[in-house]
Amino acid sequence: MHERSGWRQWLGGFFSSSVGLKWIMAITGIGLLGYVAAHLFGNLKVFTGMDAAGDYYIDLYSEALWHLGGHLVPAGFLLTILRVGLLSVFALHIYAAYTLASRNRRAKGQERYDASRNWAASNYASRTMKWGGTIILLFVLFHLADLTFGFANPEFHHGDVYANIIASLERWPVAILYIVANIALVFHIYHGTWSLFQSLGSASPKYNGLRRGFAAVFAWSILVGNVSIPIAVLAGWV
Amino acid sequence: MDLSLKVWRQAGPDAVGGFKSYEAKGISPEASFLEMLDDVNEHLNEAGEDPIAFDHDCREGICGMCGVMINGDPHGPQSGTATCQLHMRKFNDGDSITIEPWRASSMPVIRDLIVDRSAFDRIIEAGGYISINTGAAPDANIIAVPKEAAEAAMDAASCIGCAACVAACPNSAANLFTAAKIQHLNLLPQGQPERFTRTVAMVETMEEYFGSCTNHGECESACPKNISIDFIAWMNRDYVKAQFKTFQKTGQ
Amino acid sequence: MGLIRKMNMDQEQTEPFLSSGEPSGPIETRWDNHRFATKLVNPANKRKYEIIVIGTGLAGASAAATFGELGYRVKAFTFHDSARRAHSIAAQGGINAAKNYPNDGDSIYRLFYDTVKGGDYRSRESNVYRLAQVSNEIVDQATAQGVPFAREYGGLLDNRSFGGAQVSRTFYARGQTGQQLLLGAYQSLSRQVSAGTVELHTRSEMLEIVVKDDRAVGVVMRDLTTGEVSSHSAHAVVLATGGYSNVFYLSTNAMASNTTAIWRAHRKGAYFANPCYTQIHPTCIPASDEHQSKLTLMSESLRNDGRIWVPLDPEDARPPNDIPQAERDYYLERQYPAFGNLVPRDVASRAAMRMIDENRGVGPLKNGVYLDFKSAIDRLGKNRIEERYGNLFEMYERITDENPYEVPMRIYPAPHYTMGGLWVDYNLMTSVPGLYSIGEANFSDHGANRLGASALMQGLADGYFVLPYTIGQYLSDYLNTDPVATDDDAFVEVETEVKERNARFLAIGGTRSVDHFHRELGKVMIEYCGLVRSREGLEKAISEIRTIKQEFWTDLRILGDSDSLNQSLERAGRVADFIELAELMCRDAIDREESCGGHFRVEHQTNDGEARRDDENFSFVSAWEWTGEDTPQVRRTEPLEFEYVALSQRSYK
Repeated sequence: MHERSGWRQWLGGFFSSSVGLKWIMAITGIGLLGYVAAHLFGNLKVFTGMDAAGDYYIDLYSEALWHLGGHLVPAGFLLTILRVGLLSVFALHIYAAYTLASRNRRAKGQERYDASRNWAASNYASRTMKWGGTIILLFVLFHLADLTFGFANPEFHHGDVYANIIASLERWPVAILYIVANIALVFHIYHGTWSLFQSLGSASPKYNGLRRGFAAVFAWSILVGNVSIPIAVLAGWV
Repeated sequence: MDLSLKVWRQAGPDAVGGFKSYEAKGISPEASFLEMLDDVNEHLNEAGEDPIAFDHDCREGICGMCGVMINGDPHGPQSGTATCQLHMRKFNDGDSITIEPWRASSMPVIRDLIVDRSAFDRIIEAGGYISINTGAAPDANIIAVPKEAAEAAMDAASCIGCAACVAACPNSAANLFTAAKIQHLNLLPQGQPERFTRTVAMVETMEEYFGSCTNHGECESACPKNISIDFIAWMNRDYVKAQFKTFQKTGQ
Repeated sequence: MGLIRKMNMDQEQTEPFLSSGEPSGPIETRWDNHRFATKLVNPANKRKYEIIVIGTGLAGASAAATFGELGYRVKAFTFHDSARRAHSIAAQGGINAAKNYPNDGDSIYRLFYDTVKGGDYRSRESNVYRLAQVSNEIVDQATAQGVPFAREYGGLLDNRSFGGAQVSRTFYARGQTGQQLLLGAYQSLSRQVSAGTVELHTRSEMLEIVVKDDRAVGVVMRDLTTGEVSSHSAHAVVLATGGYSNVFYLSTNAMASNTTAIWRAHRKGAYFANPCYTQIHPTCIPASDEHQSKLTLMSESLRNDGRIWVPLDPEDARPPNDIPQAERDYYLERQYPAFGNLVPRDVASRAAMRMIDENRGVGPLKNGVYLDFKSAIDRLGKNRIEERYGNLFEMYERITDENPYEVPMRIYPAPHYTMGGLWVDYNLMTSVPGLYSIGEANFSDHGANRLGASALMQGLADGYFVLPYTIGQYLSDYLNTDPVATDDDAFVEVETEVKERNARFLAIGGTRSVDHFHRELGKVMIEYCGLVRSREGLEKAISEIRTIKQEFWTDLRILGDSDSLNQSLERAGRVADFIELAELMCRDAIDREESCGGHFRVEHQTNDGEARRDDENFSFVSAWEWTGEDTPQVRRTEPLEFEYVALSQRSYK
């Protein structure tokens, strides 16, 4: 019977096996999807204007995130933990994807089919996960530089979330970049949202029909939500 | 009907292969795809050229011996059909047909369209059985199996081991084959005692040879027995459960 | 043991009679007594024995797995790329067992009785009884292995009536019973491969048996991928290589099914029993044109609900659904009111053949009869029919492009199973000590005609439950002896023969492909040695077969070499053996001056055209002994005695 050795034995099949890695991708995927949804939820505050004191709600929201945990913990403590967690999840997701992709490359060997494949079940989204993922990674780096750390945004001012967003997205090439990246993101999460059910082993003939539908609704919501912001900025609605 | 064929020819496992073109003339639409190849071979033999080697045997879609990539479709354009059961009426007079062997690094070409699928046997040897010696079985009706479970197990068990799933997979994964084999046994009461050890052993043996699943579903479409990728999900679930050692110990 | 029966037959006194070595006493106790009397091999000693198993179908895989479990060292060989592909896989209908789960009056005795009667009283009672006894264990074994047999809603096993049986004793797994049982055996075999008790060689074809000092000591194999010829020795050799229906070229057998292993064994001294007993299955899909490479069988279970008919008027060219009831001839229901569409295979096939001969066949080539589900669909609804036969209907539609829910199927009889094979004694040993034959490759249990759902039963009975016991009797005499070394002259000589033969095929350099000769042979055989035979026709066949043989050896063209994968070369060896076998089949068919089971001689029929057996003169097994290349085989006989089943003319009217 099959034997494992070293750290793989200790960590079980989660890191040694492709099925385990896919499970990790699905679990981290859920985390990332949750983050994407929460992030959008927060961002939509850009449309809610300002309160009576003249503070933008989105700035208050950012402030509240920083003071998560109230006076129980030092300011920024929980947010930092969340960020580290998010970063690890992201890293795990990428590690698994990279490992699997290189395994697949080996499994495919040298020869390729000469006739173009007549794809019957896969779709654009599923076949571009690797590239979509890479685009998203690059975009995230830019996005952090743009709106978290501010290197990519000359008018960046820490804490003025609303102003930073407007300043950044008023530059139409940046707005277009945001739109394109979000389209890539949405393809990625459309297949990912469906696929994670498979990887986690959740299949039942009775509910399988819902999985695709759920993925589509989720992906469309993210797309419409995220893209509405650069468009709104360009159009001068906010 | 007349057809132009473009066929992969390779003299041996280490030889360099390449495509050759042949004309297939006067083929009956009632002929099966393999009978069309027989006819081409008959002419090649007459002309003094080595016939095209291809695996085939029962020619009724059950032995799983046959299987080639036909114009980018594993087993050809008809769904739920093995190459031997594909008939030429599915093509049109004058069509060009590209015929290639299954491709995957663990299924190397032996000659022409014949590939080595012995990795599948290794997966079964790792645990694709119920450990019971001849003579040790209790009366067959001692174990009641819910009809639904028996039917689902039968769906999985209908796999013919042709490897079209691997050929179809953009990652050269054998998850559909392995999942069908595992779930055939895991779904039945008889398969429970070894459920988790079986799953781990077969999955990890599979991964020594094949790629991983990215849930494209191409395998399901290529499968001549229409085996569902639900089995892959259930295999994944059993595999992950098996990682928690208690499952293995209690067998639950 | 070793009982020589009193001869009560009207044969030449000089003719040597064969003894089956079957035990005597009450039939219910024979197998038990025999097992008790058989020498056992001590568990610790089993690993000192090596056994070679050729073929990994139901019989071979089950035997190899069981030997491995018992502790023997096994080498198993298959010419397929995996042990899961043998043609056992194609059996659709089911497997019989005398479980009597449906409480409809079945018993071991009834299964035994039906099988002897179904075999037209040409089988060995003791063997058949044993088969019926172990049938129950087979179903237990298969179920425990995880074979997904059909189930009732209560979760217990479902049975159906099959192939003319009056009771429901057939267990089935959709239309794939053969595949599921084979997978069970293959999985058990894989378990032994993984345990190291069985060494499995795939893509390896047996080309010769090696006999030394009158016992089988090994085999010579050819690796089909590299062309390498190698010798393998063992204490015993088991042939589980299936039947020879492909002698007809067009049959329902897989393309590679062949007679080579058993024919080579025959040439090395194993008697070939009843070669003329072949079964032509009534429900196959008719050939659609000249170039068809094989025929496809559909399960006989279709006859449970389908009604067979032809138009009354041979000239009637209307589509079937336009022909009114009154102008249809449901000829089976008319001729055999008691059994109707469920008469045994030989009867159904001959009746269909008669219709076609009377030019009342249907379809574009007028080579079929209708199998109509209209009334069953009206009675049970389309859903029930789909549940029962859905996959068969799909298969039919894929092949013919006709929808059998709407249009009646067309069916035609096609060669399907060979009851003949190597002669074996009660221990399944051939006339060469140390050489065993199991499954379809032997002649043992089906007499002159096999009942539906008994082939799977016999293959697995031999492999799981009979041979693993009986082989000990022979092996125990060779304790602590080594198998003959493969560099022994006996092996070297045979290896050279094999290589020379392959070189000879390649050297002919003629103009015709091997398939050409196979087709020609098939045409002669189906015409003269098929469903209906006559002395005159068979003699003609022999002379034509000799011409084919002559042309084969002068005009064959095999390209390529013998040092790599060469499918034409593989086929050449198989067809050369078929040609030799074909002549023996015809001679046996001439020799057997009676009609029985699958062997119908026009000279021997009743006034209403039914088969007429001659129990007085032909109640025996013909076992042919090879006497050399240039002399015809000599027939030996094993007299058959019927102590339990009274001989009677079969009647299904």
